[in-house]
Amino acid sequence: TTPLPLLANTPVHARLELFAKKMHFCCHTFNFEKVNIELKEKELKRIYLTEIIHFMEESKGILIEPIYAISFAMFCRNVFRSLPPKNPDYDPDEDDPISDPAWPHLQLVYSFIVRVLESPDFQPSEAKQFIDHKFVEHLIEMFSSDDINERECLKTVLHRIYGKFLGLRSYIRGEVNNKFLEVIYEDLSFPGATEILEVMGSIINGYACPLKHEHIHFLFSVLLPLHTSSKLQQFQAQLVYCVVQYLEKDPSLTEKFTKRFLKLWPKTVTSKEVMFLGELEEIIDVMQPAEFLKVQEDIFLRLAKCIKCEHFQVAERALYFWDNEYIVSLIEVSAAQILPLVLSSLISVSNHHWNKTITSLAANILKNFMSGNQKFFTKMVMTMKSKKQSEKERAERSKELWRSLEEQAAMNRKIENSSSVLEEK
Amino acid sequence: KEMAEEAGDDSLYPIAVLIDELRNEDVQLQLNSMRKLSTIALALGVERTRSELIPFLTDSMCDEDEVLLALAEQLGSFTPLVGGNSFAHCLLPPLESLSTVEETVVRDKAVDSLRSVANDHSANDLEAYMIPLIKRLATGDWFTSRTSACGLFSVVYPRVSSALKQELRTMFRNLCGDDTPMVRRAAASKLGEFAKVVEREQVTSDLIPLLHNLASDEQDSVRLLSVDGCVTMADLLNESECEQYLLGTIREAAADKSWRVRYMLADKFTLLQKAVGPQLTHQHLVPAFQALLKDCEAEVRAAVAYKVKSFCENLQVDKREQVIMNSILPHVKELVTDANQHVKSALASVIMGLSPVLGKDNTIEHLLPLFLTQLKDECPDVRLNIISNIDCVNEVIGIDQLSQSLLPAIVELAEDGKWRVRLAIIEHMPLLAAQLGQQFFDDKLNELCMQWLVDHVFAIREAATTNLRKLVEAFGVNWAKDTVVPKILNLAQDQNYLRRMTTIFCVNELATALSGELLTKLILPTIIRLSTDNVANVRFNVCKCMERVGLQLDGTSLSTEVKPMLQRLTHDKDVDVQFFAQRALQTLA
Repeated sequence: TTPLPLLANTPVHARLELFAKKMHFCCHTFNFEKVNIELKEKELKRIYLTEIIHFMEESKGILIEPIYAISFAMFCRNVFRSLPPKNPDYDPDEDDPISDPAWPHLQLVYSFIVRVLESPDFQPSEAKQFIDHKFVEHLIEMFSSDDINERECLKTVLHRIYGKFLGLRSYIRGEVNNKFLEVIYEDLSFPGATEILEVMGSIINGYACPLKHEHIHFLFSVLLPLHTSSKLQQFQAQLVYCVVQYLEKDPSLTEKFTKRFLKLWPKTVTSKEVMFLGELEEIIDVMQPAEFLKVQEDIFLRLAKCIKCEHFQVAERALYFWDNEYIVSLIEVSAAQILPLVLSSLISVSNHHWNKTITSLAANILKNFMSGNQKFFTKMVMTMKSKKQSEKERAERSKELWRSLEEQAAMNRKIENSSSVLEEK
Repeated sequence: KEMAEEAGDDSLYPIAVLIDELRNEDVQLQLNSMRKLSTIALALGVERTRSELIPFLTDSMCDEDEVLLALAEQLGSFTPLVGGNSFAHCLLPPLESLSTVEETVVRDKAVDSLRSVANDHSANDLEAYMIPLIKRLATGDWFTSRTSACGLFSVVYPRVSSALKQELRTMFRNLCGDDTPMVRRAAASKLGEFAKVVEREQVTSDLIPLLHNLASDEQDSVRLLSVDGCVTMADLLNESECEQYLLGTIREAAADKSWRVRYMLADKFTLLQKAVGPQLTHQHLVPAFQALLKDCEAEVRAAVAYKVKSFCENLQVDKREQVIMNSILPHVKELVTDANQHVKSALASVIMGLSPVLGKDNTIEHLLPLFLTQLKDECPDVRLNIISNIDCVNEVIGIDQLSQSLLPAIVELAEDGKWRVRLAIIEHMPLLAAQLGQQFFDDKLNELCMQWLVDHVFAIREAATTNLRKLVEAFGVNWAKDTVVPKILNLAQDQNYLRRMTTIFCVNELATALSGELLTKLILPTIIRLSTDNVANVRFNVCKCMERVGLQLDGTSLSTEVKPMLQRLTHDKDVDVQFFAQRALQTLA
């Protein structure tokens, strides 16, 4: 293959055709796993790609239909590919970043399409025949890539498309929905969840109030269950941002969301508990006092359990809630309701926890409570003791009831058996 | 509360107990009571279970997933508790609700229970109650109910009217074309089981088109499920129907752009082969198999490598050799030197199996070089897999050809730096010994086995003693007497106490295989000597040994030598020695 002439050296009237020819060449994909084959051709493609990026940036009025056609054809041919099997031992934090061997070309293809999408001449009405439902489906599929650079590029492409194609927005949200549902219900490993949540964050930011039913549905049916994913750590920061956006826009969602969030509390993974505590604090930070009153009991029942956790990081994170001025001010307003809930945990932990930091943190909190509310405090301690006693009695009663139920059941079973014996006769 | 007050005659109202416990914030308490639901039902009796308990469970559905799971499970066997089959339909409302919840395990359990309860329904009841339920689920808003619906078709279809059968098929078709990939996947995975209960003409007219659609779905996770569907369908259709309807799909799967689909095909290949029959296999599946052997993705090559033996075995006998030699073997040769070790390892685990299929001459000329190459592979797994399958070859060509190369390979594995590799070779040793024969073993492998007894990893020493027992079982007591026992006894004089203990462990292990006489005459003196060892561990292991083997010894030795020794050790300065000596004396008394 002899190289085509440079665009800069070509007369203006012939440039567009040359431009298209170069893109045609770039539709051809090369095998980078075999390192030593087709070196000249690979280099040529890189040169062409670099050149057309520059050309797209500099030129005006070149976005006509055949150019849209070839641009998106080139993008699809290069980018929409079957990703290789994932290495199960790969740890994104520990191991070297993964990159497609063809990244030198891919990167330029992404760069080019972003220039197209961002061009002042870009007309969605003309491009929409190429950016259809299938395109969106494939695009979202590519977010499975392990390559963080590629996902950054995909994020930009998705964001631009969402911004410019109003008619596709609903479909995009639907596809995003489906992917997240797979993450939630089929434990799909999906590295791009992080980037897509970033995009959703800025989309949610743009929602008008009052929020549409569809958007509220997304919060409760997708964002909330996403918290149960085993891979939460990968995307929690972005997820929390989305959640907080929602709660700031529509405080009336707070009660329902917070209560359901608390119901999803991790039972066995302490690192997740710490994440949840962090998120809980962020949610409370944007809560109006009136909303807080509705959920304070649920929150502090949970905090009471966390304070008693054997894992010191969980206990510590829970106790640090008392470092938050806003939270302390909310507690003071409802001290009479909140204090009884955490009292027994604080007392037992300040006496018994294996970790010195925890015992001293808890002791401090108790001291502050006591100094403000001496009489109330003593009364609470007594109530706590009598509660323990009544709980014991309840358990005894329950045992008795079950025993008599089982007797009754055994009697009924005997009657049935003997009557069925009679029937057989 | 109203119900609790109503109960005039019973002072104890079962449902009130349940309500109370389910309200408790401790999930464990809720769970415990839910698991005893049958007790409550029995205490109530069938009528009140129907009229009060079941409605209560349907309406006040708690939201704790673990509790819901327990409920879903209980309801599956509740038919007798609501009064038998004619009342089975009462269980449908709570189960329908459970099959729409978010949490997958709860939904799946609810569907299982619905399937079992459906079997309790009469045909009329199925039409009156279950069909509407399925309709509601299949047209539900949220994907959860539609996914659950997919699992209910095959269990009701056989017993309903043909008009309803038509409706069911239409509903199933809609689910296969649902917008949500998860629903399509659920439908795809149930297609096979549905096809088994549908009439032949309808399978070809209604269900095959669904299979084709699923096989060309945009999502590869849907397409790969259609491979399984192909296998089931192939079992149901005759040969010409298979050719007409299925082979195109299979060919497309073999060339699918997603490696996951090709992998699935490779994995199911022998099932497919059996289902379509030898004729079609020869015409169509052999080329597909070849393509998979050359696949660009290592995972696919590994999956198909595992199938090489069974695929070849199941080819039509009269053309088999020719097909293998011309179409399969050339590609198999390539896999022997594949870049990926999992591929090579997979191949090594089955390649020896080609020997019986191809016969002596072909094995010697074509297969032997491949075995020898893999025997020298850099990856221990490959070598181990070859060695563990020696028996196939032995029957065909005799072991002599291989044993030359075998020995260096065995020695290298036996001395590998990784102890798990050494362990694997030890575990194969009894098999090898049987194949290679006692003479070969004595000449070449005996040293190795003794070496393992003094390996610095305990797991190896332990496996080595077990190995010895198996060898003794294979070669006999006389062999043991001459070859093994002297060496074991020698160890008792080693400087290292761990090796001295190995002697004792060997005796423990071998005792059952040796005669009492042998034990008394040859072995006992050494053991008695070890009872005065200066390391306590050795001494108390002597006690434990006597506990195990003492009763095999003759009466005289027992009373004149063993018991006095144990008596002496009950006063040992170490408490553990005292303890085990005491215990041994009690056992031998």
